[in-house]
Amino acid sequence: MSSPAVVLRDVRFSYRSGPEILDIPELTIARGERVFLFGPSGSGKTTLLGLLAGVLTGYTGSVEVLGQDMAKLRGSARDAFRGSHIGYIFQLFNLIPYLTVEENITLPGRLHPARGKQTGDVNAVAQRLGIEHLLSRSVTQLSVGQQQRVAAARALLGGPELLIADEPTSSLDFDHRERFLELLFENCALSNSTLLFVSHDRSLAGKFDRQLSLLDFNRAHRKEAAV
Amino acid sequence: MVLLSLAWKSLRNRLLTTSLTVLSIGLSMALLLGVENVRVGARESFANTISQTDLIVGARGGSLQLLLYSVFRIGQATNNISYESYQHWKNHPAVAWTIPYSLGDSHRGFRVVGTTEDFYQHLRFRRDRQIEFAAGHSPKDVFDVALGSDVAQALGYKLGDKVVIAHGVAAGRGIADNDHADKPFTVSGILKKTATPVDRSLYIQLEGITAVHIDWADGAPPMAGDEIPASKISKENMKVEQITSFLLRCKSRIATLQLQREINTYKDEAMQAIIPGVTLQELWRTIGYAEDALQVVTIFVILVGLLGMLVSLYTSLNERRREMAILRAIGAGPGKIIALLVLESGLLAFAGCILGVVMIYGLSFIFQPIVEQQFGLYVPVQPPTQTGWIYLGAVIFAGLLIGFVPAWKAYRNTLADGLSVRV
Ligand SMILES: Nc1ncnc2c1ncn2[C@@H]1O[C@H](COP(=O)(O)OP(=O)(O)OP(=O)(O)O)[C@@H](O)[C@H]1O
Ligand SMILES: [Mg+2]
Repeated sequence: MSSPAVVLRDVRFSYRSGPEILDIPELTIARGERVFLFGPSGSGKTTLLGLLAGVLTGYTGSVEVLGQDMAKLRGSARDAFRGSHIGYIFQLFNLIPYLTVEENITLPGRLHPARGKQTGDVNAVAQRLGIEHLLSRSVTQLSVGQQQRVAAARALLGGPELLIADEPTSSLDFDHRERFLELLFENCALSNSTLLFVSHDRSLAGKFDRQLSLLDFNRAHRKEAAV
Repeated sequence: MVLLSLAWKSLRNRLLTTSLTVLSIGLSMALLLGVENVRVGARESFANTISQTDLIVGARGGSLQLLLYSVFRIGQATNNISYESYQHWKNHPAVAWTIPYSLGDSHRGFRVVGTTEDFYQHLRFRRDRQIEFAAGHSPKDVFDVALGSDVAQALGYKLGDKVVIAHGVAAGRGIADNDHADKPFTVSGILKKTATPVDRSLYIQLEGITAVHIDWADGAPPMAGDEIPASKISKENMKVEQITSFLLRCKSRIATLQLQREINTYKDEAMQAIIPGVTLQELWRTIGYAEDALQVVTIFVILVGLLGMLVSLYTSLNERRREMAILRAIGAGPGKIIALLVLESGLLAFAGCILGVVMIYGLSFIFQPIVEQQFGLYVPVQPPTQTGWIYLGAVIFAGLLIGFVPAWKAYRNTLADGLSVRV
């Protein structure tokens, strides 16, 4: 547990020829920390997650994830790193429509043998998330809440060191949201994962170790506002 | 392996477009293979119009001409050969059998061929098939005639019917249809279909040809009073003076070239012997350009099928941006995205090819008898020819290659989208 989970220094990023979206002098997230990230729509939260996951490149400054300098990883190594160490949950439509629930959950492990090796028991994870009876179903037959739990199962299987969730609860009603969050916390604790959770719903913020407002540490928008 | 199963499941998920695409590739593949089969069938039927004949012998002249009138009953001989010379070669120690032909007469547009029992016994086509009778028997009497199956069918003749033979072979040459009306022939037999030019002729004995011309002089009908009535003619008193050509089989095939040289340099009469296979090939080359045209058309059909696949894959990409983002998030690199789409189009092309092969098998199985009957074309039911395999390989390869177009587009999409949600 030497290096922090995430360290950003002087990171600037803009989409091709677009305006600067991120300008982050400094951001550190410790291992095992549960962080709640918020900010207005369009402020660059998803973009930041893309940088951490190694999907977006072409930034300046340094991005270190789990002690790994992302700039040092080339092409497929970056994809393999993401596949093996990071779990990712989208806001909606997390699942590949033509695969069954079980196939969706085990796909990262099959794409990346490294992740596959540490893959725990699918049934155990499914059981903790209450979806064990759905494993052989087609994902198109699931409710939204069930879909999100399947997505969580996929992200959690194999105990990734970093779990990134991009508004995973915005499509759930209050009860489901609470339960989903509890399950997420429980499972992160089990595998000692770091959790970076993006949401607009500030009522959830209190359950996290730390609350981060993107506008506070991202200078890009302050410049824009000044203009 | 993971990607292959992903590609397979993704295609299965879009069942309708997938099956339509496979169907369109399958149909064009079947067409291409079908044309190839017909081509091979045509060439083979053509080459097998006559088999087991080592030499065709006739009066000296064009070798193509000799082949055309002896085998295809097209055109005419400029000269005949004497029956004596024929006997000489027939009795040559190297010769196994001969089939004499005496040509020059016709009946309502069909050629009349004077020949002997040897024709019914020895003639072979399509390797080892031989003449068979659908009804009756070979001509036993001077005025008996056996009909090729097309003749019998076209003219509606049956056993016992009377047939009058016309002098000359070209219709409308000013010679009346009843030139030899005083000597009608009786149908003694009808041949089974052979799907060769044999079907389009009438067969009488060599003596029959002599008989209808017995009272003619210098190619002109007899003057009134000079006619010799049919009742006075019997096989025994008919002397065969000449024939047009004959087919010849050697006892050993090695002797063929030697014998050909002997015949070509025969001093008593100017004769020529040709090897049918060689001349058939020459002929095929001159008429074979039609198959190339057909080939070009079917290749365009294939291209259209592949374009259809390209369109369907390409248009599906927008609905699949989501799927690509998910794959990216769980660690599939752009290379894997490309591979997935290339695999999908490869699978489509592969499935289309299999469907095409199955279809063409089924179709040729069902339609082979009909095609043989209607067009005299024997299309073999067989696994793809070497050219067929090349086509199959080329189409699958083209399918993979075409897959790179949507794959490239998907690659660009994933780079531009990152992990943002595009629906
Ligand atoms: N692929 C892209 N290409 C170009 N510009 C983009 C792309 N994705 C996002 N942007 C722009 O970058 C800015 C930040 O987008 P981002 O998706 O990171 O916002 P966000 O904070 O996640 O918003 P939300 O809360 O609505 O999800 C927006 O102005 C958006 O228009
Ligand atoms: Mg977002």
